[in-house]
Amino acid sequence: MSLLLERIRKSYREPGGRRLPVLGIERFEMTQGEQVALLGASGGGKTTLLNIISGILTPDSGRVVIDGRDIAVMQEVVRDHYRAAKIGIVFQTFNLLPAFSALENVLLGMSFSGKGVDKAFAKQLLERVGLGHRLNHSPQKLSVGEQQRVAVARSLANKPVLLLADEPTANVDPANQQLILDLIRDTCRDHKVSLLMVTHSLEVAGTFSRIEKLSEFNRPELCQQEQTV
Amino acid sequence: MNLLTIAWKSVRQRRLASSLTALSIALGVMLMVLVLVISGAVDSAFTQRSIGYDLIVGPKGSDLQLVLSAVYRMQPPIENLPYLYLDQLRKDRRVISAVPLAFGDVTEEGSFPIIGTTTEYFENEYMPGQAFKIRGSRINGLFDTIIGSEVARKNRWDIGSQFTIVHGGAESGHVHDEKFSVVAVLAPTGTANDRTVFLNLDGFYAIAGHGKPVIEVEKRLRDFYASDPERLALALGQLEAAKKQEAEEASHDHGHDHGHAHVTPDAMKEVTAILVKTRPSREYPKDSMDIVFDLKKGFQAMAVNPVVPIQRLVNGMLGNIQKALVVLTGMIILVSGISIFVSIYNSMADRRREIGIMRALGARRMHVFGIILAESAVLCIGGGLIGWLVGHSLAIAASPWVIQQTGLLINPWSLNVWEAVLFPVLVVLAALVGFLPAMTAYRTNVADALSS
Repeated sequence: MSLLLERIRKSYREPGGRRLPVLGIERFEMTQGEQVALLGASGGGKTTLLNIISGILTPDSGRVVIDGRDIAVMQEVVRDHYRAAKIGIVFQTFNLLPAFSALENVLLGMSFSGKGVDKAFAKQLLERVGLGHRLNHSPQKLSVGEQQRVAVARSLANKPVLLLADEPTANVDPANQQLILDLIRDTCRDHKVSLLMVTHSLEVAGTFSRIEKLSEFNRPELCQQEQTV
Repeated sequence: MNLLTIAWKSVRQRRLASSLTALSIALGVMLMVLVLVISGAVDSAFTQRSIGYDLIVGPKGSDLQLVLSAVYRMQPPIENLPYLYLDQLRKDRRVISAVPLAFGDVTEEGSFPIIGTTTEYFENEYMPGQAFKIRGSRINGLFDTIIGSEVARKNRWDIGSQFTIVHGGAESGHVHDEKFSVVAVLAPTGTANDRTVFLNLDGFYAIAGHGKPVIEVEKRLRDFYASDPERLALALGQLEAAKKQEAEEASHDHGHDHGHAHVTPDAMKEVTAILVKTRPSREYPKDSMDIVFDLKKGFQAMAVNPVVPIQRLVNGMLGNIQKALVVLTGMIILVSGISIFVSIYNSMADRRREIGIMRALGARRMHVFGIILAESAVLCIGGGLIGWLVGHSLAIAASPWVIQQTGLLINPWSLNVWEAVLFPVLVVLAALVGFLPAMTAYRTNVADALSS
């Protein structure tokens, strides 16, 4: 199993001191290599969920087990290192660093994992996403579709066990949407990486064999119940 | 990709702001280097390193005036010493070289000081490890001269040039009749020798008007050797012999023209100062001090370590100016450091998302902290290095001009102790100005930064 969420509770403190419940998930799991589409309305807690799975945020309670280890109880330093090594992230807005070339953006993804920088593998990944001829181009000189392809290559740079994709085609032109989608899914399949893709598009979700609606398994009220108890 | 490379990429991305902030540091460091190189040249011109002698012996009076007149030729001489005392010093087992200087006159053109001395002056090193380089022939005639490089340049004199001299300083207006010839020119030394005309000591005595009346010489000898009757008797005996010889010469008709110069008897001669080399201080460390103490006890002479009064002067006046300039340039560097702080700190708001992305990719808080500190270090140390190189390059380029204008020998690559601490100080400055922006990066909330 590559991902297991158990009894996850997450709430935010509002300016008045009241707590705003966001996530209440009893159990959610993904097996190795599985690809899941996650549907959810805006403000439904999707980004918070991805941040908790990636270790950027910690839940108020519950377990977040990735590749056999609970990252929720890890110290922040260990969790950062674990995220670099085990989790790939593809953002909706690509989040490439403008000072770095396409190749350097991928190498940057390798820099914090502790595994060292493998330039040959980085080039291989960029060739895999069809950008072998644009290695030294800065993001500003790449089209939107190409930028997202660099982001996909970067997310796979450390050979993660889990790839989190947050609406990766939302900002891409229709011509590139299917290309990016296929690229992410094929690459994950080739590398046996589990994929959790957040999307608004029923059309995109429809191509996945497993579709989860966040509203169906997320019960924020559980946070309040526990607080009351 | 290490933190320094990541920092360098970020610096390059903000080229204009980075260049301007690094430039301000570079300018500060460049000014400091120039101040240190020039003050180092001034300092070395006034210290032991620029004088190849251990002691200057002269009449009792101001030690500073003696050194300034005998070594730097900046002041009028105090008075004269009997030439016989030079012989006495030469016989002292502690002295390995005693070189007489007789001066007081200047060239009519350019008012360069005239110094009567012996060939020993040119055989000795003018500063430790530095021997005179002379172009031309040796002094043979009484009025042959060797001129310093500055005298040659400013007066456009060369070997074969002839000139006249003014008695007792330019203001006296009395021009001697004798014509002097240049037989050799010294290579630049960066010392007062460059601005001096050297004359055979015997030639100096042969100049009309330089001889003193016997009665005056006798009085001086009596004053000088008042506490040493034995030596006084010896000196007066020699003077008596000189008197007889003078009387004989006066009564005797040579039967030829008196245009030639007579050889002055030693008892009638005087010297203005004596440059003394004592035995090597490593084997005989007390020699110089012993001579200084011996002279304090008697006679009308004093021996001065040339470094002491000059260092007193340099530390008292130039030292404070140097410190003030170093502090001023230090302030410029500090202000430049603050501009780096402002530049990096202002960029933090724009870079919040970048930091969030790096953290999302697995960078730890200490990584982003280190990247910002490295940026500050790249700007401070890189700017400092550029400033250091430009400063020394400017010193190299300007040194011929400075030598020509001032006679100061600039060593553009001489490292001052302040320069040795410059780069550690820049590292500390980088850490100080980078700390607050680095802490901002350290504290960045990743989730907020990514959603911003």
